[in-house]
Amino acid sequence: MFKNLIEYMGIEPGRLQFSWISSAESTKFVEVVNAVTDEIKALGPHENFVKKEAKVA
Amino acid sequence: MLSYIDKIKEISRRLLAESKVDLVIGFRKGTLSMMNEPCFVKTVEDVEQLVWDGNCGINLANYLTDRKEKIGIIAKGCDSRNIVTHIIENKIKRDHVVIIGVPCQGMTDRRKVQALAESEIKEAIETEDTLQIRGDDFEKTLDKKEMLQQNCAICIHRNPVIYDELAADEVTEQTQVDRYEDVREIEAMPVHKKWDFFENLLSTCIRCYACRNACPLCYCPTCFVDESQPQWVGKSQDPVDIRTFHFLRAYHCAGRCTDCGACERACPMGIKVRLLTKKLEKDCLELFDWEAGMTPDQRPPLDTYKPNDPDEFIK
Repeated sequence: MFKNLIEYMGIEPGRLQFSWISSAESTKFVEVVNAVTDEIKALGPHENFVKKEAKVA
Repeated sequence: MLSYIDKIKEISRRLLAESKVDLVIGFRKGTLSMMNEPCFVKTVEDVEQLVWDGNCGINLANYLTDRKEKIGIIAKGCDSRNIVTHIIENKIKRDHVVIIGVPCQGMTDRRKVQALAESEIKEAIETEDTLQIRGDDFEKTLDKKEMLQQNCAICIHRNPVIYDELAADEVTEQTQVDRYEDVREIEAMPVHKKWDFFENLLSTCIRCYACRNACPLCYCPTCFVDESQPQWVGKSQDPVDIRTFHFLRAYHCAGRCTDCGACERACPMGIKVRLLTKKLEKDCLELFDWEAGMTPDQRPPLDTYKPNDPDEFIK
C-alpha cells in the first residue's frame, strides 16, 4: 500500500522496490541488487523529491 | 433530519438523569452561521443547548480518546465507524460509551454554499430539503441535497454501525455511487502529471495542522510532525516538506480512515486532502476487502498477517 501511495503521488514505479532475501540466499541477493541498481540507473536521478534550496518565507 | 433533535435531547436527558453517563458529547450552535461547535453536556439543564442540523460535520469520535468518564456520544454513520476504530485500538472501552446513533443524510458543505452567496452569509435557515441563506444584500434558497460535502454525497454508510440508542429510523443507504472516480482520474495520469497535480493541490498549505487536529485517528501524544528528536520531517514551508507531511499523515490513516471528511472540512485553505486518504481506502478495499470501522470483532488488515495477503510487490 505504501508503494501504491507513493506511486499515486508521482514517484516513478520501480523507484521503490521490496524484496525478501534469506541470509542463506547469497545468489538471490546479488541478483536482486544488480537488478535494482540497473533499474534505478535506467530511471536516472530523481529530481522531484529533493530540496534544491531552502525556501524561506 | 431536523426532527431528530427532540429524540436526541430526550435520550441525553434520560442518560444524564439516570447517571448512566457523566457527559454527553454533541453539538451546540456556533457563533457563526453554519458552524455548529462540539460541546460537552454535563447537566440535564444543559441538554437544551444541543442542536442537530446539516452543520454537524465535525467528527465527535475525536473527543473520546483517553477519557475516563462514562460518555454518551452522538454518532453519525462515520462517527460510529470511528468509535469502532477507537475500540479496536484500545482508545476507549465499549462499556464506557453509550452511543446515540443518528442516521445521517449528509452534511452541508459551507464552502459550496458560501461560493453561491454574494457576500457574507449572516443567517442560514434549514428545512428538511432546503437551505435558505441570507446576507446583507441577498437572499437565496438552495437545495440541500446539492450542497452536501463531497464525502457525504458518496457516502454508503449513513446509518451508525454500532449504537445503544437510535435517534430516528434508519435511512436507506446509497448504493449507486461511484466512490473513487477522482482517485481513478489521478491514477490514470502519467507520472510527472501526478507529481504536478499534488504539487498544485498542496501549494496553498500553510501547515496549520488543522486536518490532523480534526481527525479522530490522530491521537498520538506527540505527532511525528511535532517531534524534534528525531525530526522525522522538515518543518519549513518547502513543497518537499509539505508533501512529506501530507503523505505521511495520510499513510498513518491507512486501513483506519472512514472518509468522514473532518480533515477537508477543517482545512482553512480548502485543500482536498481526502484525495490521499481515499486512495488508501480504495486500496484497502481492493487488496484486503476491508472497510474501516465496520465491526469491532475484526482486526484491521495492516496489523495482522494472513497467508493470502497480496505480496506481488515483493521480489
